[in-house]
Amino acid sequence: MMRAFAQHFGVLRAVLRRMFASKLAGFLNILVIGIALSLPAGMYLLLQNAQGLVVQLSGTPQISLFLSMDAKTEDIDRLHKQLAQHPAVAGVDFVARAQALEQLKQSTGLSDLISGLEQNPLPDAFVVHPKPGDAQSLDALRGELSKLPRVSEAQLDSAWAYKLEALLKFGRMGVLILASLLSLALVAVTFNTIRLQILTQRDEIEVAKLIGATDGFIRRPFLYFGATQGLLGGIMAWLIVTASLLLLNGQLGALAQLYASQFTLHPLSFGDSLSLLLFSVYLGWLGAWLSVARHLSQIEPR
Amino acid sequence: MISFNQVHKRYPGGYEALKGVSFDVAEGEMVFLTGHSGAGKSTLLKLIAAIERPNSGSVLVNNQNVGALKGGALPYLRRNLGIIFQDHKLLFDRNVFDNVLLPLQICGFDHRESGKRARAALDKVGLLKREKSNPIALSGGEQQRLCIARAIVNRPSILLADEPTGNLDAAYAQEIMAIFNSFHQVGATLLISTHDESVLQDSGVRRLTLKEGVLQ
Repeated sequence: MMRAFAQHFGVLRAVLRRMFASKLAGFLNILVIGIALSLPAGMYLLLQNAQGLVVQLSGTPQISLFLSMDAKTEDIDRLHKQLAQHPAVAGVDFVARAQALEQLKQSTGLSDLISGLEQNPLPDAFVVHPKPGDAQSLDALRGELSKLPRVSEAQLDSAWAYKLEALLKFGRMGVLILASLLSLALVAVTFNTIRLQILTQRDEIEVAKLIGATDGFIRRPFLYFGATQGLLGGIMAWLIVTASLLLLNGQLGALAQLYASQFTLHPLSFGDSLSLLLFSVYLGWLGAWLSVARHLSQIEPR
Repeated sequence: MISFNQVHKRYPGGYEALKGVSFDVAEGEMVFLTGHSGAGKSTLLKLIAAIERPNSGSVLVNNQNVGALKGGALPYLRRNLGIIFQDHKLLFDRNVFDNVLLPLQICGFDHRESGKRARAALDKVGLLKREKSNPIALSGGEQQRLCIARAIVNRPSILLADEPTGNLDAAYAQEIMAIFNSFHQVGATLLISTHDESVLQDSGVRRLTLKEGVLQ
């Protein structure tokens, strides 16, 4: 057991020595892999943050019903009952026009201006809390409510959130396509690196086969090389994403202050970081495996 | 130990290297394989190591039919053979010591044990002082001896040598033959191909002579 471990460790050490025999070339390979992986990882991170924002802002969709100015008290009572009994409605709040004006005064600090008005320009309104549903059913409800008597306008407050949600879905598909393509590129890069290595070590492979090396023994250093390069590339990608995030957050802080908000981008979670590293190790290993399977059988001692 | 029975070998292109060759080599025996270049000596050795396969007939090594071995079993056959190549097949990207270490690494010996064995093998061929050199800095005779050290380091029961004294002057050739004799004395089976008459004269060793693929 210890002997097998020592052997594998020895292979790993030889692999690292070979990888950085030319420091620049080894580093450049890892940089290329790191950049290729950091693009989808970074975009994923931005989407993740946008997603968090949407959830935060669109927690409770509401429909605001603005009544016409000539609505009388009995009209309002009838409408209130009708809305409360509607199967798709979870709750209704009535906001009287005087109350709305008072709120406006307090929340905007325009009390002087509002006090100067000759009459209250605001209509009576209902705030309808629909039962949870998708964007389409909410929009259908809004349409239905807007046709009720004495209702002059119906607004779905969270419509934009649903649009953003759809936009995010679009973005996620984009990330998926980008990630697939760049993963393929990573496999190809590793495939080619290993191919060149096999060619330069042709003599060694031939001799090793002649003196009794199993295919596993010959394959092992190449697979380790691919996996190690993948791992280092994954770490490079993580560093690129995290450093970019820090730079962006510095700028974002100033921007958010102008909007009197405290929005910052969250870094990659531990789970996501681990997935990134495991995935890049797997891709490197896969590229090496494909390359070894393709090229090693072509080397037979003569 | 080694047994050929009506072995034919034809290369792609139609060239017939061996035609109905049959012979036996007993355990612990030393045998010379002679004949002109192109007589089929190298092919015969390659068949024993399963580097080439016979078209018909059987090649038995340790009662195993080598010609029918599956790819996965080849490494274990070859670990039991020490092969000394005509062109040495040394690796120039590592020093003398690491060249000898390779077969031990392949067999999975641990670090300390393999270091001891590699030095013992180098000592036997008189190259212990050159262990840090690159093989490219060695003379032809030294390279040949290094190749022998690599072949014997994991103590195979059979040694195959293809023209081991091919390009060496008489003094070097005698040295190499002395090394082979010492292995013979400790019980190894040796099959040595050569067309070097100076080596063949003195000994009372059995000779197999090939002529145009036929055993004389």
